[in-house]
Amino acid sequence: MTDLVLAWLTDPAHWTGQDGIIQHTLEHLGYSAISLLIAAAVAIPAGLVIGHTGRGRFLVVNLAGAARAMPSLGLLFIMVLVLGPRLSGDAAFLWPNLIVLIVLAIPPLLSGAYAGVEGVDPAARDAARGMGMSGSQVLLRVEVPCALPLLFSGLRSATLQVIATATIAAVAGLQGLGRFLIDGLAVHDFPQMVSGAVLIAVLALLADLVLALVQRYAVSPGVSGRRLRERVRRRGPDTLAEGLQVR
Amino acid sequence: MTWFADHVGEVLGLTAQHVYLAGLPLLIGLLIALPLGWLARRYRVLYAPFTVGTGLLYTIPSLALFILMPFIFGTRILDPVNVLIAMTIYTVALLVRTVADALGAVPDHVVQAARAMGYRRVKRFFAVELPLAVPVISAGLRVAAVSNVSIVSVAAIIGVPQLGLLFTDGFQRTFYDPIIVGIVACTVLALVFDLVILLATRLLTPWQRAAGGRA
Amino acid sequence: MIGFDEVTKRYPGGTVAVDRLSLTAPTGRITVLVGPSGCGKTTTLRMVNRMIEPTSGSITLDGRDTSRMKEAELRRGIGYVIQHAGLFPHRTVLDNIGTVPRLLGWDRRRTEARSRELMERVGLPDTLGRRYPAQLSGGQQQRVGVARALAADPPVMLMDEPFSAVDPVVREQLQDEFLRLQDELGKTIIFVTHDIDEAIKLGDQVAVLRVGGHLAQLADPAYLLAHPVDDFVADFVGRDRGYRALSFQPTPRLPLAAERTLTLGETTTGVGGDWVLVVDEENHPVGWVEPQRVHGEVTSTMLHRGGTLARSSGPLRAALDAALSSPSRRGVIVDDSGALVGTVRAHEVLTAIERAERPELADPLHPGAPVR
Repeated sequence: MTDLVLAWLTDPAHWTGQDGIIQHTLEHLGYSAISLLIAAAVAIPAGLVIGHTGRGRFLVVNLAGAARAMPSLGLLFIMVLVLGPRLSGDAAFLWPNLIVLIVLAIPPLLSGAYAGVEGVDPAARDAARGMGMSGSQVLLRVEVPCALPLLFSGLRSATLQVIATATIAAVAGLQGLGRFLIDGLAVHDFPQMVSGAVLIAVLALLADLVLALVQRYAVSPGVSGRRLRERVRRRGPDTLAEGLQVR
Repeated sequence: MTWFADHVGEVLGLTAQHVYLAGLPLLIGLLIALPLGWLARRYRVLYAPFTVGTGLLYTIPSLALFILMPFIFGTRILDPVNVLIAMTIYTVALLVRTVADALGAVPDHVVQAARAMGYRRVKRFFAVELPLAVPVISAGLRVAAVSNVSIVSVAAIIGVPQLGLLFTDGFQRTFYDPIIVGIVACTVLALVFDLVILLATRLLTPWQRAAGGRA
Repeated sequence: MIGFDEVTKRYPGGTVAVDRLSLTAPTGRITVLVGPSGCGKTTTLRMVNRMIEPTSGSITLDGRDTSRMKEAELRRGIGYVIQHAGLFPHRTVLDNIGTVPRLLGWDRRRTEARSRELMERVGLPDTLGRRYPAQLSGGQQQRVGVARALAADPPVMLMDEPFSAVDPVVREQLQDEFLRLQDELGKTIIFVTHDIDEAIKLGDQVAVLRVGGHLAQLADPAYLLAHPVDDFVADFVGRDRGYRALSFQPTPRLPLAAERTLTLGETTTGVGGDWVLVVDEENHPVGWVEPQRVHGEVTSTMLHRGGTLARSSGPLRAALDAALSSPSRRGVIVDDSGALVGTVRAHEVLTAIERAERPELADPLHPGAPVR
C-alpha cells in the first residue's frame, strides 16, 4: 500500500491540471482563508467587546457548546439543499459550503477573544484606567496584547475546524483536497484516497505550525512566558527561583 | 415529520450504533490518557513531547484520519473499527494534556499532607490526587464527548452506519426530513452524553456540591 | 490640596459605601485612610480620580471641582498605585514605567531617560529594565508600580494598600524608602491601608473610617494614639497606645550621666565594676562587656549587643527602649553622628515623660499643631 501511495504522490500527472494537487491545495487554502477572514471580522471584535464590557458572556459560552455539538456534515448538506437551488453555477456549491465554514469558525474565535480579554489581570486593567487611558486605549494597549495567547489558540482551533470541514465539504460538491478522498472513494481508488488524506493531514499540520510561529513573534514574552523559560535554560536553575517569583 | 414516525426503529438502531462508536472510544481513551497524563506530570521531560505529540494528532482532520487508519494499522478499509480507533486517538489527544494539567492543579499542600500521613505513590494517586482531579478531567471529557458525537457522523461518508447515514441518505434523495432528524438526534445525543458525564461527576465529587462549587 | 465636601457614595440597591465625608488632604502631606474592610476607604480613594463617581457632594483638587475636569486629564495628573501593582505583563519594566509619559506624548528617548531615572529613585537595579513583570519579586513589582505612578511627576498620588501584598520584612523596607522618597518629593498623597501600624508610621494625618463610610476620627498619629474619640477608634488603634505614642514625643533634655568606656583593643585589666560600655575609635558605642568575666584585650566578638541606641534628638520611645534593653540598665544616648553623649536610666526617662508637656493634647487640625 505504501508503495502505491508513494507512486501516486510522486506521479507528476497528479500534481498539475484542474484536478491536480497544486490546484486543489490552493482551493483548500483559499476557502479556509476566506472563511477565517470573514469569521474573524465578525467574531474577534465581538469577543473583544464582550470581554471588555462583560456583557453577553452567556451568549459566548452557550454558542461555543452548541457549535461543538453541531454535526458539520448535516449542516453542509442542509445548507446546500436549501441555498443551492437559489444560486446558479459554481456559486450553488461554493457559498452554502463557505457559509457553514464561516459559521463553524466563529465560536472558537469568539470564545478565544472573549476569554483572552476576560482573563486580563483586573489590577492591570484598573491601573490602566487610573492612568487616564480611555476605554479603547485600555482595550488596544493592555487587554488585546494580554489576550493574544488565547486569541491565537482560538484562531488555531478555528483554522483546524475550517480545514477539516472544507475536506468533508467535498461530499457536498466543494473543490479542494477533499476531492481526492471523495472521488477516490467513488471509484475505489485507495491510493488516491490515502494520498489525499496524507496531503490534508500535512496541510493541517503546516497551517498550525505557521500560526504557532506567528504567535511566537506576535505575543510579548512577558505574557507567553517564553523568555522566562529561555532564561532559565541558559542560566541554570538558580534563576528559576528569582525569575519566576510570580505573585 | 411523518418520515420520523415511519422510521423510528431505523433511527433508534442508528443511534445505538452512534452511541457505540462515540462512547466506547471515550472510555478507552480515558483509560489510556490517565496513565499518560500521570507520566507527563510525574516526569517533567515527558510533558512537552506528550502534549505536543497528542496535539499534533488532534490537528488531523477526521475524514483524513478515518482513511489513514487502515493504511497505518492494517485494518480492513471501511471497517467500523477504523472509526473506533480514530475516535480513541482524538479522545486521548484531548485528554492527555487535561489529565496532566488536572493533576498539576491538585493543591500541593494536600499532596504533601497525604505524603506526611504515609500514603505511597500509587495509593496516593487513587485516594487523593485522582479524586481531586476529577472535576477538571470531567470538563475535558465533556468536550471530548460532545465533539466525538459530532465527528462520528462524518464516518457516514465512508459508509459506516450511524446517525450520519441520515445526512447522506437525505442529501442523495434531496430530502430534508432525514437530515433534520439526524441533526436533532446528534445534538440530543451530544446533550445526553454531556449530562451523563455531568451526573457521574456529581456522584464522584460530593464535596463540590457541599461547598456550593460547580461540577 | 484635595478637599472632600459632604461626599456620599450610594450604590444601586442602597448600600452606602461613603457617608457625607468631609476631609482635607493638605498639599505635600500624607493623609492615610484606615479602617476595617467595608469602611469605604478604597471607594473614597477611587472617587478622587473618578474611577468611581460620587453620588453627591464634591471633591476638589487645589480648589478645582474634579467633576468638571476631563477624566483622562485628571487621571494623568494623579499617580495611582494599587495593591498588586497592576503592572502590564506584556511590557518590560521600562515600558511600564513610561506608560503615562507616552500617553502624554513624550518621545521615546525622553521617556526612557525618565524611566531609568525613576528606577534608580525607587531603588531598582538598572539591569531589571528589560525584564518583564513576571520575572520580578513582589517587592520589585511594587517598586515598579510606584515608579510608574511617579513617571509624569504628578503632584498628587493615590495609593491603595500598595505594600500589603509583600512579606513583612520587605514591607517595612518599602515603607522606609517611601518616607525617604516623600521627603524628597513632597507629593500630596492619599494612602489607603487596613493596617493601623502602617497608618501611624506613614501618615502626617490619619483618618479612621468605620463601616458604612463614616469618618470616625481625623488626627495626626500622636493625637490619635492619645485621644481616640470613641470605643471604636480606641479598639481599632489597639494596645500599647501609650507606649507607641512616645514615638511622636521628642526627647527633652535628659540628665545624662558620663559613662566610663573602653575602646576596642584596650585591656580590661584594672577595670572593675559591672558592665562597661565599649566604643570604637570614633567614640561610637559598639556594645557592653563585664570586666570580671573577660581578661585581656576587648574584641568585638566578646561584646553584649542587646542594648539599643537612642539619638538625643529622637523620640522618647527610643530613649526609654535604650534604657530598658541595656544589660547595665543604663540607656546609651548618641548624637546625630552616632557618637556617645552619655547614658540615662529608665526612671529618669519616665520622670522626663511625666514632666513633659504633652504636645499631642493640642488640637492637630489647627495651625501651630505639631506635626511628625
